Amino acid sequence: MSVTTLPPPSPLPWLGGTLAGLLVWAALYSQLVPFSEWAVSLLPVDPASHLGQAITFFLYDTPKVLLLLTLVVFAMGVVRSFFSPERTRALLAGRREGVGNAMAASLGIVTPFCSCSAVPLFIGFVSAGVPLGVTFSFLIAAPMVNEVALGLLFAMLGWKVALTYLVLGLGIAIVAGWVIGKLRLESWLEPWVLKIHAGTAELPDVNVTWPDRIRAGLDSVKEIVGRVWYWIVAGIAMGALIHGYAPEELLASIMGKDAWWSVPAAVIVGVPMYSNAAGIIPVVDALLGKGAALGTVLAFMMSVIALSLPEMIILRKVLSVKLIAVFVGVVASGILVVGFLFNLLFA
Amino acid sequence: MKNVKVLGPGCKRCDAAVQMVRDAAAQAGVEVTIEKVTDYAEIAGYGIASTPGLVVDGKVVHAGGLPKAADIARWIAA
Repeated sequence: MSVTTLPPPSPLPWLGGTLAGLLVWAALYSQLVPFSEWAVSLLPVDPASHLGQAITFFLYDTPKVLLLLTLVVFAMGVVRSFFSPERTRALLAGRREGVGNAMAASLGIVTPFCSCSAVPLFIGFVSAGVPLGVTFSFLIAAPMVNEVALGLLFAMLGWKVALTYLVLGLGIAIVAGWVIGKLRLESWLEPWVLKIHAGTAELPDVNVTWPDRIRAGLDSVKEIVGRVWYWIVAGIAMGALIHGYAPEELLASIMGKDAWWSVPAAVIVGVPMYSNAAGIIPVVDALLGKGAALGTVLAFMMSVIALSLPEMIILRKVLSVKLIAVFVGVVASGILVVGFLFNLLFA
Repeated sequence: MKNVKVLGPGCKRCDAAVQMVRDAAAQAGVEVTIEKVTDYAEIAGYGIASTPGLVVDGKVVHAGGLPKAADIARWIAA
């Protein structure tokens, strides 16, 4: 049977549609402040009261964060359509440590990755000759420095914080992976993993067009925003309560930069907790508004999203408990350093 | 008769991929046997690094994310 290929559809409607979508987005975004003021004025609450402040915060922040998140997730969806784990693996195979760690961490940001794929990815990388430490750099960066975290930090705290987070997050992934590589812990993998000597599959070239990439962006909006929006709303509601009610002096004394022990405490509390960046950042924002130190709050956020119990349980299939302990220990130490550093930089 | 293997540890997308293959086969009127491969070692043996993966008659045709319906139709045809 012969397969007749249709001429590719014109990309123009897609590009035009994207442009129109961006214009609508900009129009909505410019109306956020009038909208929240108007909405609060409809309610029988004094805007200056605690309750009024909490509601204004909620009504302004929720649409703002959702809009910015949608834009960032869409853009990242398009960018990621240029990458795949297989291609990333081919780029990393046989790389020396150092350069390899830096490449792996950077590729971790743009390579599409889902935590249910963590084990196939791990085996696929290691068995194809990607060094263990380089694989870890990828696995640390991929969840920690992601578009949701960066987009939300940018939306709520500005580009300086987002950029610093990006640089320090990459730094942790690079150094932690490099350290794990230097420790030569290959023998701490589960024995069956080492026996696999898989080749690398030759995937047929699929012609990816611009409409495909735009569709990939829309799909990731549907998937990611669809999955995390209620976390964000819950997070902002919590943030609004803190914003309106929590006493300033209390938080500043517990989480302020004078309390050095608050950074390790934040990491210890954060590691067993699991949430995605979306749920945690609005809380982060509100805590900061009340005098908590940035480094402490970010250390908390990093340990919640980069180290999580469900991921450990999945990775236990390929890693021995000892190796998981080293992984957690090294990453947590990196987060600790970043927390202290942030508190120094943004004092 | 085509043999299609869906490689994946059993996440939601892997089940969705199985259903897509089934639908595509029914639509094209092609007879296929569908096998789910959930064993990590076996999945890795096919040389992919992301799931779900699709193997048609022993040849890897797709890895990572849901395939497009049109592509599945092409792979199982002829």
